[in-house]
Amino acid sequence: MRNRLSGRTAVKAAVVGAVLCLAAIPMAGQQVPADRMFPAYRAPRFPGTNTPDLNGIWESLSTANWDILTHEATPGPHPEIMGEYSAGPPGQGIVEGNGLPYRPEALEKKKRNFANRMTAVAPGPYEFVTGEMPPIGEPELKCWMPGIPRMIYMPFPFQIVQTPDFVLMTSEYNVSSRIVRMNWKDEAPIDSFMGWARGHWEGETLVVDVSGYNDQTWFDRAGDFHSDALHVVERYTALSPYHLQYEATIDDPKVFTRPWKMSFILYRRVEKNMQLMEFKCQPFVEEMLFGKYNKQPGR
Amino acid sequence: MSRRFLMSLGVLAVVSSLAVSVAGQAPAAAQKAPNTATKKAASAKTSNYTPPKTAWGDPNLQGVYNYATSTPMQRPRAAGDKEVLTDDEAAELQREKIATINTDITPRDQVGNYNDFWMDAKRKLLTEDKRTSLIVDPPNGRMPPPVPPTEAKKKEAAYLREMNARFIAGFMQDYRDGDVGNRCIIRRRNEGGGHPYLPSLYNNMAQIYQTPGYVVIYSEMIHFSRIIPLDSRPHLPQNVKTWLGDPRGHWEGNTLVVETTNFRGDDSMGHALGRTGVTWGGTDPETYTIVERWTAVAPGQLDYQVTMADPHTWTRPVTMLIPWNKTDEQIYEYACQETNYEIYHWLSSARAREAKGEVYDPVAADREANGGGGGQEER
Repeated sequence: MRNRLSGRTAVKAAVVGAVLCLAAIPMAGQQVPADRMFPAYRAPRFPGTNTPDLNGIWESLSTANWDILTHEATPGPHPEIMGEYSAGPPGQGIVEGNGLPYRPEALEKKKRNFANRMTAVAPGPYEFVTGEMPPIGEPELKCWMPGIPRMIYMPFPFQIVQTPDFVLMTSEYNVSSRIVRMNWKDEAPIDSFMGWARGHWEGETLVVDVSGYNDQTWFDRAGDFHSDALHVVERYTALSPYHLQYEATIDDPKVFTRPWKMSFILYRRVEKNMQLMEFKCQPFVEEMLFGKYNKQPGR
Repeated sequence: MSRRFLMSLGVLAVVSSLAVSVAGQAPAAAQKAPNTATKKAASAKTSNYTPPKTAWGDPNLQGVYNYATSTPMQRPRAAGDKEVLTDDEAAELQREKIATINTDITPRDQVGNYNDFWMDAKRKLLTEDKRTSLIVDPPNGRMPPPVPPTEAKKKEAAYLREMNARFIAGFMQDYRDGDVGNRCIIRRRNEGGGHPYLPSLYNNMAQIYQTPGYVVIYSEMIHFSRIIPLDSRPHLPQNVKTWLGDPRGHWEGNTLVVETTNFRGDDSMGHALGRTGVTWGGTDPETYTIVERWTAVAPGQLDYQVTMADPHTWTRPVTMLIPWNKTDEQIYEYACQETNYEIYHWLSSARAREAKGEVYDPVAADREANGGGGGQEER
């Protein structure tokens, strides 16, 4: 390379390079899209393969878990005792166009979901006694598995454990986990909370096709929801050693009139002692779910 | 070998995964560190076999494994010093297993019972080396003698016994009468869904993942992703207690060695734990130690050797050796908390009984649950 660059060519290359570098640095008052913020990046290869190595502990620094659309700060459910502790933070949304193409009846359901988000019935009482499904309340409130993509943008780190045949992703939130089966043919054997995930590499991008969901998880605390017809295609691309671009296409014809996209950045947690800690939330929700059936309620 | 021995071996296999509720808290003076306890136990194949390596040079143990077996945890007393069955004895026992295990062992009309659908068919198999017990140390194949229980420990045991009787009688007072498995927090440690990985009624499965710097052992119940760093970093500070433990691993030759610490003693809401706890065998989470070793001994076969010690519970450490066999089966999602109807039904039915005027009879309940008396059952 060096031999082929001589005289004016080398100068010209240097100037062009400098201009390109400048272009990659955000100017004051101007936010450069993340995929153009860094010089073109090629991640290290996973040992023994020609595919990128995406191993690591990652975290979204968004507030999408409260609302995937752009939102202002909100009071918590019990400001009279919880004060600022329960208030919801404001944040920029992660949805392309900042709107969701709900079918009219689905939009009504989203509003009902939000209104009933604090409903905390134990599983069983309604279904078995009345024969109808109750408003299920916010799944996270009850320490349920968060589903995909929600696990990826919850305010907890998650770890990618990459191997050539399987990619395991585990969140600090309740050790919630999903297994991505690489180049896998079989369809989902049964519906599940986290979906049936099959992955493959498209160049530098890990593409994960997720189907076989049940209808028991939400996208956020704002009541955004999906049906069992949900189909998600996720794309993970390294932008730098410390950043992944995450994109997902969400398709659910029972709930939305067309597919829509979300995207956000995942940040590598680089602290020397970084490890997933343990957030087992079951003990924190038992009193809410079951306390009223104790012999001495409130004990 | 007498038929009586074979029968008792069969019965023991069924209970081998149940709690060994030995109580005790007197600190034993000199207890050997578990990682120096016994290494001789590994099977003869260990030394000869060199497993394939990962691209970064670690022994490659990856795959989905099943660790079910009919070999009992403790050697039946009838077997005396016999460490290994003859081929004929093993064949006879195997035939008996196939005839007995793969049937519905509990009445179908009883709510909540498990039938044949749940049983792991691999439980019919003895370990390939035809041992009479999974325990390889102490050399008699039996649990080490317990240390004498303190007054506090006796009180706790009586409380747990009463709680268990109330539970079985259908008069659960409180969701905290449930154990960690009923409560969907973790799989009961006495049931083998994690360290120590002991054969159980069903779901004796784990998948091993390896990536540079980590080994991950994934158990389907309850979506337990056990992430084991291999970079010899220090453990979490002692004030941080966990349900699943804080594991650290390293390679000794072809053997993966994992030491796990930082176990909880309460339910993280400040309540004492229910009928079974976070550590195995009713041990004290503060003083319990566990060291596990996985060694590939043949293609698709690992020896899993686990050494546990607790000077507040046993007079010496105990080591078990359990084969892990690769399987083509897959790990799927296991939901628990999400559909935990049990706790609600147990509590609401108890309240309904009380409302109808039924009265809990502690003496009858204890007789039903514990056979009355008051002593621990001999196993």
